[in-house]
Amino acid sequence: MNRPIRRVAVAILGLFGLLILNANYIQVVQADDLRNRPGNARVLLREYERQRGPIVAAGSAVARSRATGDRLKYLRTYPGGEVYAPVTGFYSLVYGATGIERAENDVLSGEDERLFVRRLGDLVTGRTPQGGAVVLTLDSRVQRAAYDALRGKRGAVVALDPSTGAILAMVSSPSFDPSVLSSHDPGEIRANYARLSAAPDDPLLNRAISRTYPPGSTFKVVTAAAALSSGDYDPQTRIPSPTQLPLPLTTRVLRNFGGGSCGGATSTLADALRISCNTAFGALGLRVGADRLREQAEAFGVNTTYRIPLAVARSVFPASVDRPQTALSAIGQYEVRLTPLQAAMIAAGVANRGSVMKPYLVAEVQGPDLAVLGRTQPQVLSRAVSPAVAEQLTAMMRLVVERGTGAAAQVPGISVAGKTGTAQHGEGAPPHAWFLGFAPVEAPQVAVAVLVEGGGSVGSEATGGRVAAPIARDVIAALLGQ
Amino acid sequence: MSAETVTSSPTPSPSTRRGVELGLLVFALGLVSAAYTAVGLARSGAVPADLASSAAALAVLFGTAHVVVRLVAPYADPVLLPVVALLNGLGLVLIHRLDVAAAERARALGRAVPRTDASLQLVWTGVGVALFVLVLVTVRDHRRLQRYTYTAMLAGLGLLALPALLPASISEVNGARIWIRFAGFSIQPGEFAKLALMVFFAGYLVAKRDVLALASRRVLGLDLPRGRDLGPVVVAWLASLGVLILERDLGSSLLFFGIFVVMLYIATERWSWLLIGVLLFVSGAAVAARLFPHVEARVAIWLDPFADASGNGYQLAQALIGLATGGMLGTGLGQGRPDMVPFAKTDFIVATVGEELGLAGLMALLLLYVLVVERGLRTALAVRDPFGKLLATGLAVALTLQVFVVAGGVTRLIPLTGLTMPFLSYGGSSLVANWALVALLLRISDAARRPPPLARPAPDEAATQVVGIR
Repeated sequence: MNRPIRRVAVAILGLFGLLILNANYIQVVQADDLRNRPGNARVLLREYERQRGPIVAAGSAVARSRATGDRLKYLRTYPGGEVYAPVTGFYSLVYGATGIERAENDVLSGEDERLFVRRLGDLVTGRTPQGGAVVLTLDSRVQRAAYDALRGKRGAVVALDPSTGAILAMVSSPSFDPSVLSSHDPGEIRANYARLSAAPDDPLLNRAISRTYPPGSTFKVVTAAAALSSGDYDPQTRIPSPTQLPLPLTTRVLRNFGGGSCGGATSTLADALRISCNTAFGALGLRVGADRLREQAEAFGVNTTYRIPLAVARSVFPASVDRPQTALSAIGQYEVRLTPLQAAMIAAGVANRGSVMKPYLVAEVQGPDLAVLGRTQPQVLSRAVSPAVAEQLTAMMRLVVERGTGAAAQVPGISVAGKTGTAQHGEGAPPHAWFLGFAPVEAPQVAVAVLVEGGGSVGSEATGGRVAAPIARDVIAALLGQ
Repeated sequence: MSAETVTSSPTPSPSTRRGVELGLLVFALGLVSAAYTAVGLARSGAVPADLASSAAALAVLFGTAHVVVRLVAPYADPVLLPVVALLNGLGLVLIHRLDVAAAERARALGRAVPRTDASLQLVWTGVGVALFVLVLVTVRDHRRLQRYTYTAMLAGLGLLALPALLPASISEVNGARIWIRFAGFSIQPGEFAKLALMVFFAGYLVAKRDVLALASRRVLGLDLPRGRDLGPVVVAWLASLGVLILERDLGSSLLFFGIFVVMLYIATERWSWLLIGVLLFVSGAAVAARLFPHVEARVAIWLDPFADASGNGYQLAQALIGLATGGMLGTGLGQGRPDMVPFAKTDFIVATVGEELGLAGLMALLLLYVLVVERGLRTALAVRDPFGKLLATGLAVALTLQVFVVAGGVTRLIPLTGLTMPFLSYGGSSLVANWALVALLLRISDAARRPPPLARPAPDEAATQVVGIR
């Protein structure tokens, strides 16, 4: 009987061999796939075992973890609440993370490779590992002022330091309290998330970077920049400003808001911008051409994607437009769409002598011992216009605020440059109100863009100035005012 | 393998190797203590207060087993007992580790801390060692078991059928009717039926092997048995299907039938029996998969555990994710989340090993089982009587099939079936029955390695013969 026993022994070894091969397959080959399955709560549970690092703005934590007595050792809390929610995002047991919580998760959770040496130390000494801190560029006064000014409206405010690209304020309204999604009770989290995502005003949406809007007349700054850069125009060049501009190839005409005239058959480029003359800029767009307009827009950052480190929606100037569409695009209608951040970048580019800086939210990251692990260095994203053109645009935009549609953005004692916009988006819907600008004109310290969804009223170009400009004023005053 | 008998017979007093066994036992106890300490350090940051007393308890239990082996089976295989003690000890540590997790969770949720299963398992270990001693002391010669062939059959079938005959309120747990529950205890008689049936298989096949092996027709190059000789295999098949249908226990059904078919093959040395067995089982299982929703559901989970990862597939999905989280070296004992897998202490204890001890630990564990099985088969080769050969093979195959079915199920090699990992899983019946199984193996290996007194030559004759051979 020994022969069959030997054969059975070989077969048995084969069975164990299969088990071992299969274990290798699962624990090595397939391991990464399995670990990254959405059903894997283990990774999250491990993250909750160590203290997650804080998110800091202007010296105080806007998100931090505190020890609890329950199974998940640390609870994420948001002292920054609704004001900072679009930036911090949330950190949820059920829905994962968003915002900086997601973008800088490696640092906050302590998994970042720059924390490797420290982790080794923790392993040896038995010290509980901790996450690092993320220090934001946000200025708490500006952020708060922007949030307060937007309260009760749907919209967004972005403020940049034009010389560095550092984001001083990023507000989206309505907002939400991230704490309600970061509790340790999955049922409660699910109920809160369902409520927030069903809310008609979409409080979970970061309007500053995640959605694009027709920019309306604020885009005339880009059109003007293209014209001035062509060398064929200066601010005093007289351009046609008819009451109606027939759109080529169609029977339709372009009118000014309210159907009025722009004060004569021609006006200077500067005046056309000051009173936001649609027909003048429509005609100017046709003269400059779609390609130049697109190139100019792209020089300000349109049609590209970037991270700040949150992902920013791509602002668009359409790839191909015919002549009537060119005229509409020149006044920020048709399919031109910008994020509020992109609008702020246009203002910042003009303010920074034509150079657009890469916007960023994270000033530096720190280890748990507050040692600086990395600091963001300002980078030039693009040269949008020459310093000379930037100077001309600045002068023209200053007139908009001093004696034009943007008068509501005036701040006593501070010179402000800007441009209003009232963007139509569909028949009958109240248009979006826009303002972009910067201050002080002599040495710009802040560039700001304000969007209020549906904040304008049909037929009045001035509403962008009435609704959005005062918000910009509050933001500028918060930073520069006494 | 038979070399052992050759080399041992000329030696007047062959080494009993009991010292090796003791050394290995001490080593095993050291490993278990280290594992227990690791869990304590990881979960509460301190060496467990009861480390010394727990280690002492195990030392007394396994020491007793060792002393009894020394006394009544001095030539027994020296590796089996230490490996089994190590598996049992590691099982206790793993169950304790999951107890700790359950207690932490209960405290966090403000519930009462559940009873600790590890202490109960320690009691069962004591019972297991007691039965181990009882078997070694009462069964002085395994061949005497052959006399009880048909008694064993009746006992085996009786034990097997008992839960199916009892009301479901006593016998059913989680859908399988394989229990007898009374006075707070639950026993799976099937675990003991397994042993009795193996004694029966061995005795029966030794008696009938010539008929089963010789009378045959040749069809397509295969020696097929005569129709009337198919009787026993058909009966065994029907019995295993009965287990499957009446008790809803796929694992045991596969185990019984697998053991029988392999023993039949060894007794007759005919491949055709294996082929017939496999065909019968596959067809039976295929029909069962159609007829019984719980079998069908398990096949569906096996094919794609993530299709319903929060429902039916949850357990297997969590086990797989746990294994993947463990990776090559594991999270470390006490530092993973094995408690996220339901039934981690019983059917899914392999997932705990894979998560916290990693691929390295899981492979080491499987190799421990390989060692036990290999030692069993070595015994089967070495022992001289056919009954012992068959019984030893059957015992080794029984262990193999259990490990394969459980570990294969947890690692998604085959569909899940409800069986416990021998010596490792929480569960008294399985642990106690497997200790008896190892006692039988040791008894047979003692016979295999014991120098035959009759064959021992006279001293002067031996001297001339040794010179002559060498």
